[in-house]
Amino acid sequence: MIYLRLFWEFFKTGLFAVGGGMATIPFLQNIGDSTGWYTYTDLMNMLAVSESTPGPIGINMATYVGFVVAGVPGAVVATVGEITPSIVVILLVAMALNKFKDNKYVANAFYGLRPASTGLIAAAGIGVALEVLTTVTTISGKNQLFNLFEVESITGLFRWKAVILAIVLILLSNWVKPIKKLHPVVLIAFSAVVGIVFQFANIS
Amino acid sequence: MAGNLKLLAQLFTSFAKMGVITFGGGMAMLPILQRELVENKHWATEEELTDYYAIGQCTPGIIAVNTATFVGQKCAGTAGGIVATLGLVFPSLVIISVLAAFISNFADLAWVRNAFAGIQVCSCVLIFNAVIKLLKSSVVDKQTAVIFLMVTVCGILLNVSPAWFVPAAIIAGIALKAMEGKK
Repeated sequence: MIYLRLFWEFFKTGLFAVGGGMATIPFLQNIGDSTGWYTYTDLMNMLAVSESTPGPIGINMATYVGFVVAGVPGAVVATVGEITPSIVVILLVAMALNKFKDNKYVANAFYGLRPASTGLIAAAGIGVALEVLTTVTTISGKNQLFNLFEVESITGLFRWKAVILAIVLILLSNWVKPIKKLHPVVLIAFSAVVGIVFQFANIS
Repeated sequence: MAGNLKLLAQLFTSFAKMGVITFGGGMAMLPILQRELVENKHWATEEELTDYYAIGQCTPGIIAVNTATFVGQKCAGTAGGIVATLGLVFPSLVIISVLAAFISNFADLAWVRNAFAGIQVCSCVLIFNAVIKLLKSSVVDKQTAVIFLMVTVCGILLNVSPAWFVPAAIIAGIALKAMEGKK
């Protein structure tokens, strides 16, 4: 039963991903790995669309993945699955708000949880960077939606065009003041144009 | 009862409106929540919103969703919490479903594939930037640096669900602080 599976996978994501939208990425990668519903590159496309459309990124991602797997009902099931743990936990916390806020153990748990959550996102980022920037093949499942980078003209290890774009984007978004303030959607649009002009997909 | 239903309807539309006008969620949403909830609707005070937001960041799930549940619960109890959250995610469901159907129709065109190949690079950079930003607030000393590195390396090398790291990190945090206290 695909809807039950979707609900369960996203319930787990909502329960264990701490710290907002990006924190769901390692979980979404894991779902892709274990189900074969989508690849890392599919996931990166979905992330870009989620960043460029209204609404919280985490919710957009859940909706998108759900839609890709099982259409509109899938989108609804995945999203409801992801928000269910939030609703339950917050309703419980709201009953004992002040106790929760000042609890020593809660604070200490988050002392360990925050760097771990960052580490998970970093690991997820390295996983996708390997796929997008190099010709190293990773463990992700079969391609479904987008079948990019299959034909590769560069014989070396790196996809040089992608590496150069990545470096330019990092420099622009971290050290150039006026660009730093812009919404990520501007960088995404810029990357799309660069991808088209320089034929990033290498379709022969 | 009628008054309660009216309040629930208001919660739904108000959070749906915020779902439409925020891009990116998380931090981007705070100023919009402030304007709508504190200044327009008086559903929460500035301090309450800050508290909700802080707790929303350190409870499981999406920060914006957690805050919506909090505010809804405060206004109209459990039903309010659920309705506000459904309101917030409703626009995403509609917009993304339409867009996803649209994109998959054009996925075979060469220029669309080229565009997405460029966009994938950008997504990697956005994750990288998010990690850099998070490092500043999460890695505060040597111990947290070790946790970060260990989880990063294990996350890459081990093919296990990220969920396993969560209880491990909670135990590590409590144990490390307990050891600190003894010194």
